[in-house]
Amino acid sequence: MLKDHAKIMKAIAASGEIIGRKKLQKMIYIAKKLDFPFHEKYQFHFFGPYSEELTLRVEELCNMGFLNEIKEKKGGYFQYRYSLTESGEEFLQLNEVDMPFLPACLADMNEQNARFLELVSTVLYFDNLETEEIKEKVFTLKSKQKYTDEEIEQAFQYIEGLKIKVTVQ
Amino acid sequence: MSYSTEMLKEEKVFKDPVHRYIHVRDRVIWDLIGTKEFQRLRRIKQLGTTYLTFHGAEHSRFNHSLGVYEIVRRIIDDVFNGRQEWNNDQRLLSLCAALLHDLGHGPFSHSFEKVFDLDHEQFTQDIILGDTEVNQILTKVAKDFPKKVAEVIGKTSNEKLVVSLISSQIDADRMDYLLRDAYFTGVSYGNFDMERILRVMRPREDQAVIKKSGMHAVEDYIMSRYQMYWQVYFHPVTRSAEVILTKILHRAKHLHEQFYSFKHHPAHFYSLFEEETTLEDYLKLDEAIILYYFQMWQEEDDEILKDLCRRFMNRNLFKYVEFDPAKEYKKLAELSTLFQKAGIDPEYYLVVDSSSDLPYDFYRPGEEEERLPIHLLMKNNEIRELSRESEIVDSISGKRRTDHKLYFPKDILKNDQTKSKIKKQIRQLLDIK
Repeated sequence: MLKDHAKIMKAIAASGEIIGRKKLQKMIYIAKKLDFPFHEKYQFHFFGPYSEELTLRVEELCNMGFLNEIKEKKGGYFQYRYSLTESGEEFLQLNEVDMPFLPACLADMNEQNARFLELVSTVLYFDNLETEEIKEKVFTLKSKQKYTDEEIEQAFQYIEGLKIKVTVQ
Repeated sequence: MSYSTEMLKEEKVFKDPVHRYIHVRDRVIWDLIGTKEFQRLRRIKQLGTTYLTFHGAEHSRFNHSLGVYEIVRRIIDDVFNGRQEWNNDQRLLSLCAALLHDLGHGPFSHSFEKVFDLDHEQFTQDIILGDTEVNQILTKVAKDFPKKVAEVIGKTSNEKLVVSLISSQIDADRMDYLLRDAYFTGVSYGNFDMERILRVMRPREDQAVIKKSGMHAVEDYIMSRYQMYWQVYFHPVTRSAEVILTKILHRAKHLHEQFYSFKHHPAHFYSLFEEETTLEDYLKLDEAIILYYFQMWQEEDDEILKDLCRRFMNRNLFKYVEFDPAKEYKKLAELSTLFQKAGIDPEYYLVVDSSSDLPYDFYRPGEEEERLPIHLLMKNNEIRELSRESEIVDSISGKRRTDHKLYFPKDILKNDQTKSKIKKQIRQLLDIK
């Protein structure tokens, strides 16, 4: 029951707390691209890969009382923080999800900022293209973010690092 | 005259119950409509299993695709053309993307995608870029034209304004399906003043925006979207049909994996079972084919497959109770054990269905840059997000509604000829008579 919900809870539990909806979206997308069994459907949107299914699933978890959501004002916009509630932890203990390498990957991602994760997820979205074409996509589709060549290179290296984390452990 | 600008000698019109007429002058559009891949959409219903709840909902993806094309044509030809921010060189690209945006939908897409790990959007890309009649026509426009159309539909084109006409929170796709679904289901909730919205749309660099004076028409659109979700798209009976359909597919796949010998070989399903579906295999699927198998599987030896198919074909659906996962997940475990004791496989006959399992969404004001919201164009040329100006939209988008239901076959549970004590216990737990 609610296996896909439990996986999202596991991801948040493994991260301790995730600050920002955008960050949460990108972390799950990157994990999915690393072959962790998340089933939320993603599409490319203005700000990169985005899953409406994930948004709704998180809302359901908040309504069930399994997730804490704290809304806080930050400058001109709102930001949301997510963590597991006690009943969420209890539910997760009864519905254990086995994804052994996930915590290390998510902990690493959680240390990155949302802007960088947006870049990483965009690079992964176009991973069927050649490197130069991926760069072209980032420069045209993400022109407002003004990513540099160095940042894109860092994103590629970061992805390789995550892949090693998945295989080595 | 080049193929891309060639016009038909006489305009063709399709009678349409939603837009009255759909007008086609462009040769490319006319040729695309005639392809076998586009004609296939006639055999795929827009609303899947909804016809089992609202009997009028038999309209197809073909109807809807023409409708989306017509809306985009009106926006471009009647509203955007001549405005400084609009580049009319993108006209044909926009029309083709609108017409073809749902090309990769398969039969009962939602269930098929979940069970067989398919992605209709990927198939749309594959049809446009692969060895197909659609691709031949688009390639006649220009060698790179199929790629451009595919990128607009995939939302990865740098022509963001064109993308937003087909895919944004107020786009031609949603406007057509809300009006069309309301018409064919016979419900009135989906109606809104589309003509007014089109008149107040203005092109901007990244998206179409709405003049502030048109805000009330947009509020009506958001309300209709909200109402249609709860009254039609999330209807519990439709969800019951969808649950049974999904379980049929799971059962057939499971039987194949167990080397079960089907009386009627599921030739069209083999590549789906193996999750190696080619474009050629995929294009052979439509709802007539699937219903044919369901019809035949009513005579199978496997009791579960036979029963589920009979339920689907004869509309003997599962009943449901409201379910609160937070408070009742322990009860569900108990029910599952009792179902097993009663000889009713809970894997197929005790199903939790959540609103996040459904492929529809609500308006979101785009906090934290998740999705681009609807933007209003104020008198001073400033751009403001809709829910910051509209109290009605603010009140809807601030309130969350999620929903879970527990589905089960009430008729089996009420049949006391076998395991009557256990069934009584189940009925008590479910609080049904």
